Amino acid sequence: MQTLFLQGPSVTLRALTLVIASIGLMTLDHRWGQMENVRNAMSSVLYPLQYTIDLPIRLYHWADETLSTHQTLLENNRRLEDLYLENRVRLQKLDILEKENLRLRELLRATPKVAEEVLIAEIINVDVDPYRQLIIINKGSDDKVYISQPIIEAQGVIGQTVHVSSTSSTVMLITDASHAIPVQIDRTGLRAVAFGTGKIDQLDLRHIPHNADIRKGDTLITSGLGGRFPANYPVAVITHIERSPDEAFVTVTAEPLALLDRSREVLLVWHNQPQTTQDIDDER
Amino acid sequence: MMNANTRIAVITIIGAFMLSMMPLPDWAQDFRPDWVTLVLIYWTMALPASIGVTIAWCAGLMLDVSHGALLGQHALGLMLVIYIIHVQHQRLRVASLVQQAILILFLLLMKQAIVLWVSGIMGHAPDSWLYFMPSLSSALLWPWVYIILRDLRRKFALKTHY
Repeated sequence: MQTLFLQGPSVTLRALTLVIASIGLMTLDHRWGQMENVRNAMSSVLYPLQYTIDLPIRLYHWADETLSTHQTLLENNRRLEDLYLENRVRLQKLDILEKENLRLRELLRATPKVAEEVLIAEIINVDVDPYRQLIIINKGSDDKVYISQPIIEAQGVIGQTVHVSSTSSTVMLITDASHAIPVQIDRTGLRAVAFGTGKIDQLDLRHIPHNADIRKGDTLITSGLGGRFPANYPVAVITHIERSPDEAFVTVTAEPLALLDRSREVLLVWHNQPQTTQDIDDER
Repeated sequence: MMNANTRIAVITIIGAFMLSMMPLPDWAQDFRPDWVTLVLIYWTMALPASIGVTIAWCAGLMLDVSHGALLGQHALGLMLVIYIIHVQHQRLRVASLVQQAILILFLLLMKQAIVLWVSGIMGHAPDSWLYFMPSLSSALLWPWVYIILRDLRRKFALKTHY
């Protein structure tokens, strides 16, 4: 049935209610972070759409793999086998070092190192917001992903999860303007905090004193302070240092090591259980 | 309760959501039209009895989730745009496409300003004027969106009072 006067006071009233509801929601979401359940339910509705958008790209990768020639596959296989052998040899040495390190730590009664578990997740290729550095991955709470879980890839740290639904999660990259990650310079051990800038290839180190030993080309690794990120993963390399006498601190910029805009697969890291020598033996 | 008109409206809104998440090359990202708002504006003008502020608000919440934004941020802006369209829909219908596009430009700028304002309070407001480009590209695309949706509506469900 169609009424003649559609825009009665009821529309205005509804709009007013919704304005108040929006403000209430934003406050709840921002101040208390209580809207995660609602957000998760709605992400589950969006997930099929995101999956469908990603499908052509997935198909392309699949076709690329299926249609590649026997020759290419053989070459790839040979190359990977060589790489595997090389890494095995390096790992042997690392195993021994790791055990030695743990034994020494136990002797010193230092806090045990934490064990880390990883899971591979794929990035779903959808655009989120050009002014935020966010990506969507295809693992969620069904795979025990939790909020503010660290995400890494082969080259270095990528970011952390900010929203987790049952089948997908939103990851905030370390370059997002509202992200900061505790780091240290691997050469000197100097600790700092690397702030995101909103640009995909730039991090800022703030509050570095003028007399700090810091050079262009230094590598930044996670310091593990704050407990969110596991220690000793590479984060960025320093690209630019400006010491100007009228500034209180040095201006230091760094470039992330991880291929933030190019990688397709990432690793989720769990790092909460303390580890003993026994665990390492069990792993082998 | 869902007649053919509402069904086609819902399908096009879902399509708009997919377009809004479709990966674009870097240079084009700043100009991505606000598909969801455009489609909702059309359906509010065409079917004000079934598409209105409540549906717009829900769609805005979905946009918030897909953008990883604060819940309610896009919902507030989108709902206010649709409210103004809803109140003025009879006047808008007789306006020319160019006049409609100009009004839509200002409404979308208002929406983006609301979203920007909330981001600013949160402390991560974008600092580039390119941020407002989607309003311009959406307004420029409006005539085509209008014609395509009108033809779709006429093809699939004829019974409207428009």
